[in-house]
Amino acid sequence: MQQLLDRFIESRGWTGDWAIELVYFLGMLFFAVALLLVVVTPFTGIVSWAERRIAARMQSRVGPNRVGPQGILQWAADGLKCILKEDLIPEDADRILFTAAPYLVFCGLFGAFAVLPFSEHLVIADLDAGAFYVMAITSLVPLGIIMSGWASNNKWSLLGGMRSAAQIISYEIPAALSLLAVVLAAGTLSLQGIIRAQGWSPADWFLFRNPFLFTGFFYFFVANLAEGNRTPFDLPEAESELVAGYSTEYSGMRFAFFMLAEWANLYVVASVVNVAFLGGWNVPPIAEGVVLTILQMVVFAAKSLVLVFVIIWVRWTLPRLRVDQMMLLCWKYLVPLSFLNVLGTAVWMMIVPEGSAAGRVASWLLVLVGLSLSGLFGLRVRKNLKDADVGRLYLNPFS
Amino acid sequence: MPGIRTVGRPMNIKEKWYLFEIAKGMMVSIRHLVSNIFHQDRMPTLQYPEEKRVLPERFRGRHRLTKREDGTPKCVACYCCQTACPADCISIEAGERPDAGEKVAVRFDINILRCVFCGLCVEACPVDAIRMDTGKYELSSDSRKKLIYDIDTLLND
Repeated sequence: MQQLLDRFIESRGWTGDWAIELVYFLGMLFFAVALLLVVVTPFTGIVSWAERRIAARMQSRVGPNRVGPQGILQWAADGLKCILKEDLIPEDADRILFTAAPYLVFCGLFGAFAVLPFSEHLVIADLDAGAFYVMAITSLVPLGIIMSGWASNNKWSLLGGMRSAAQIISYEIPAALSLLAVVLAAGTLSLQGIIRAQGWSPADWFLFRNPFLFTGFFYFFVANLAEGNRTPFDLPEAESELVAGYSTEYSGMRFAFFMLAEWANLYVVASVVNVAFLGGWNVPPIAEGVVLTILQMVVFAAKSLVLVFVIIWVRWTLPRLRVDQMMLLCWKYLVPLSFLNVLGTAVWMMIVPEGSAAGRVASWLLVLVGLSLSGLFGLRVRKNLKDADVGRLYLNPFS
Repeated sequence: MPGIRTVGRPMNIKEKWYLFEIAKGMMVSIRHLVSNIFHQDRMPTLQYPEEKRVLPERFRGRHRLTKREDGTPKCVACYCCQTACPADCISIEAGERPDAGEKVAVRFDINILRCVFCGLCVEACPVDAIRMDTGKYELSSDSRKKLIYDIDTLLND
């Protein structure tokens, strides 16, 4: 990217810092917008479709299956519908805040895409403070949400906005602390640096680096679910309590922006967890050049998509927490435990130096623990499937 | 509070940890997902306009008027069905048959908007002139007028 821009500047014969700065700025802007339009929007759309299909199957329904093969273009139809709809602004709403809020939410989440890597070289900006940047830029989201809640001049919206602010600010602490443990282990804040500090084999992942990071993965995951307003922490838009929470008064394209941000957030959460704990794009050294890049992209996307699936799966399984339970989980359990994690990781790094035999053994033991846990789960599911006799679950009144 | 007895639902240690219970719940949803993906035919949903349910034999659908062998209506305009109808949706006008001097319906309107599909008209008919065995149940239309069926529509159902 940089070389391309350099060549462009040379070919024009421009000199002076301002020209170079301007070209860089415009080039990066163009690249970011292209990424947004070409990759992120369809991706979020398809994730929304996938979520609805998966949810439907979990509830023995069919889900959207009309637009395109298997309904895969449902998101495009929904988007088109939202564009064509009337854009309502309530009379008593604060117009400026009301119109600005969806874009803040949108910016907060899409800003995070700037540092999320797709492969070793395919990343918009490899910031030295990448992890910090992600935490900071996603903090724009509660700002937008509380703005929309306030500006709507609606009690439900305000309640949703307040809940969201309380929730996101609380859960930012365990999330940041769990990420801090990873940063300690990696020795860098850059997301690419964190990935490079891991390896392709599971034993090299931070997830299995030491017992503290292993538990830290779960704290980070839960805290991120809460930050992204996903079930079981979807209190801000709790349908059964608050109509639609902060987005109650929104319609048309503004509402679509909220939805887009919600599903984009799914990918942001999944890939941050992936970067921090699951080794990101690390692949075995079996290829070079373009093939390697494609392989890395595939591996990264696969890991992220598995996490996206887990988030969807959690959403359609667990009921919503009460506000006090949500706060209790954060302040009484997650915060102290993640403090313990940071300390534990630091101590572990002092006692067991990186790359030592004891560290390797511990990693492989943890891999074994993880594998046996998931194996046990799989076996139980298989047994359940056999016991359930699915055919008898459905009643046909006319048979 | 006085008068209110709180009944606790004690949880055992395993439940207090929640983790096992969460895992159990996740098992249930993945079980449904897997079984529904592999046994789509067992899912109860019908893709309605393309697939239709097989109706039971005695299903009461839209009415029809039966015909004699020569194609004239069997109805003798006795008003039994009109009297039996609880929704008051049938209106008949009697006339005379040109050949035999018998009574016959010259107008027979069923206002399907009022009909409750109870089938009492069919039971009341002494000459088996009205039946509800067409099996037609998609009765929507773009105007109310089209939903008042006249004798020709009913004869040709």
